[in-house]
Amino acid sequence: MDFDLSEDQRLLQDSVSRLLGDKYGFEQRKGYLKTPQGWSAEMWAAYAELGLLGLPFAEAEGGFGGGAEETMLVAEQMGKHITLEPWFTTVVVGGGFLRHGASAAQRAGIVPQLAEGKLKLAFAATERQSRYDLFDVATTAKRDGSGWLLDGAKGMVIHGDSADMFVVTARTAGGQRDKSGIGVFLVDAKAAGVSVKGFATVDGQRAAQVTLSGVKLGADAVLGEPEGGLPLVDRVVDEAIAALAAEAVGAMEAAHTMTLDYLKTRQQFGRTIGSFQALQHRSADMMVALEQARSMAFFGTMSSQDADPVARRKNMAAVKVQIGRSARFVGQQTIQLHGGIAMTMEYAAGHYFKRLTANDGSFGDADYWVRVLAEAGGLIAAA
Amino acid sequence: MDLRWTDEEKAFREEVRSFINQNLPAATRERMKMGKSPTKAQVVEWQQILNKRGWAAPEWPQEYGGPGWTTAQRYIFREELMLAPAPSPLGFNINMCGPVVIAFGNKEQKERFLPRMLNLDDWWCQGFSEPGAGSDLAGLKTRAVREGDHYIVNGQKTWTTLAQHADWIFLLVRTDPNAKKQEGISFLLCDMKTPGITVRPIITIEGGHEVNEVFFDDVKVPAENLVGTENRGWDCAKYLLGNERFGQARVGASRERIARLKQIAAETYDNGKPLTQDIGFMTKVTEIEVELQALEMTVMRVIATAMKNPGSNKPDPTTSVLKIKGTEIQQGVSELLMKAAGPYAWVDGDPDMEGGSDQVVAEDPDIAPDWAFGLAGVYFNWRKQSIYGGSNEIQRNIMAKAFLGL
Repeated sequence: MDFDLSEDQRLLQDSVSRLLGDKYGFEQRKGYLKTPQGWSAEMWAAYAELGLLGLPFAEAEGGFGGGAEETMLVAEQMGKHITLEPWFTTVVVGGGFLRHGASAAQRAGIVPQLAEGKLKLAFAATERQSRYDLFDVATTAKRDGSGWLLDGAKGMVIHGDSADMFVVTARTAGGQRDKSGIGVFLVDAKAAGVSVKGFATVDGQRAAQVTLSGVKLGADAVLGEPEGGLPLVDRVVDEAIAALAAEAVGAMEAAHTMTLDYLKTRQQFGRTIGSFQALQHRSADMMVALEQARSMAFFGTMSSQDADPVARRKNMAAVKVQIGRSARFVGQQTIQLHGGIAMTMEYAAGHYFKRLTANDGSFGDADYWVRVLAEAGGLIAAA
Repeated sequence: MDLRWTDEEKAFREEVRSFINQNLPAATRERMKMGKSPTKAQVVEWQQILNKRGWAAPEWPQEYGGPGWTTAQRYIFREELMLAPAPSPLGFNINMCGPVVIAFGNKEQKERFLPRMLNLDDWWCQGFSEPGAGSDLAGLKTRAVREGDHYIVNGQKTWTTLAQHADWIFLLVRTDPNAKKQEGISFLLCDMKTPGITVRPIITIEGGHEVNEVFFDDVKVPAENLVGTENRGWDCAKYLLGNERFGQARVGASRERIARLKQIAAETYDNGKPLTQDIGFMTKVTEIEVELQALEMTVMRVIATAMKNPGSNKPDPTTSVLKIKGTEIQQGVSELLMKAAGPYAWVDGDPDMEGGSDQVVAEDPDIAPDWAFGLAGVYFNWRKQSIYGGSNEIQRNIMAKAFLGL
């Protein structure tokens, strides 16, 4: 057992930390938010230059050759600075579909451009009725000659308004909530019949409503098995959960540090408020929540690579539950311990709180996953 | 970065598990599976079995009878004991008094006391807390006055766990009443058979006899039983308390109890179906399982840090995280076990049934299923966990000071 980083990993962590430290102060972030697309094209180019966009792809395919641990390190730094660019959707989620679902030929057409920052991906899965059940798919994909015809609507497509290509789940067979009969398709954002309506989300990110009407796709648009795509979705989502966990830990750590700094400087009743035991104990409880979350982020990074899909899913459910619970507590207490100042838009604390709240809701919140895990019998077998 | 156990560590776990399976007396395991504490005779018997194997003191240096294990091996060993479940080596001997004698005692003391501690020939108990010195331990008043070759001890200790079994007690006493609070304290070893010692049971809310008051009335303690330097006993106390690294996390114990809980829940009907199919109840169980999984990883992180700095006795504030979470989880599991028993939880039963209050009801299958007996008692008793060993509020104070800089 060894929690130490390799030399290369430390280098990666340092370079991302330095880049974001220089370019992603809270005031700079406000500037990026004000641009029409809502994030920084300059940062996107810097990520590409640093290898962060090609991070999880094999070097032979134009990537950086990183694994789950490298993704964890980068995601944590992104969380510390609550970055706005579509790194997670493009590289972790979109990249996950390319790595686990795409053929070598499909990857060859996408990965080099993606790694250079010229192509962005978004995952279009959520539908009005599906809530967090990604197997609940009403969007249809019908055979059309050798290709496919897609019809349906996808909501809350994170960074959908800047995506060049969507990864879309669509029903190829069976009923709306059947776990088989789901296909995963690559859809060009500019294809005929695709319409995209972008909007802002509460955490400063962007999202889109994506409507597909009679979208014609070639046979090469399918990722993996056209009627057996759900295991692919689950696998990618499990990796995404690990990255989300690391991102949340970065954001929680920043929020906690910010809170401690405030407790040490803010004066009331003639002394720093950090001298009051009620506030000391609350910040100790934040520390407990943060340490438990950090442990689960490590656990998630390790478990997301488990080849057994049943064990993996249970462990990732547990990660989601712990991260969600910790994120809620740390986020809420960050606001409470700061007091009124944290309620203002111009102060950073509230933005961390909002991102932590949205992070919990990404791919199912803690309440969703605790139910899934409980129904699956939990982590420990009966005696 | 590799967060898994090594092959050597896995093999070690197998070795420990098979040793326990072959050597743990069935009656001891059965009793502990039912959630009861082992009897004195069972604790002694098991520790002597471990001692014969050289495993009685996982953390001691080899020259004093320790097995020479890595931090990870010690942890695995203790986990396997909890999972079995089997008694742990007696904490008073092995994790409290023994390490202090090893670190601060002289050659004669080491030779006289350590082998008997290992083999549990002497059962030790801890004389720290007093009626006026709980969380504020350094406020203790029990007085020891040097007269010739002896100290004359007068005063009272309380919450003395299992003093009724003890042959010896290690004591914090005030030897200089004029010095600053922490500076006039000494660490003494005292034979419980010495005239002037009175042990009075304290019956706790579940009806059990676990703790005691111990009164000292002109008790003569030979001066040779002073450990370390006179008036420097606080160093020993701090060392003893700082030794606690993973002890309070008790991940294995909670795992064993949760497995038991699920077994009970499968046999218990609610709303016409097994309790395991009640999503409300199982959600509560699952929430705790998740916390426990996170805690286990936190323990792993502490182990990894300790293994990188072997020999370091620097207190790690993460220990406070382990104490707070570990006890919250154990208390939570004990509550769910009680809840799982439904109406049968309410038979008044001392989970240990070794003495204690005469109000409690003897175990009787006509009254309640055997698995239900004492579950409420454990729940009531385990409220102690967030109080002892530095209350969870004291742990938060420690974190605020050491970790958070507040």
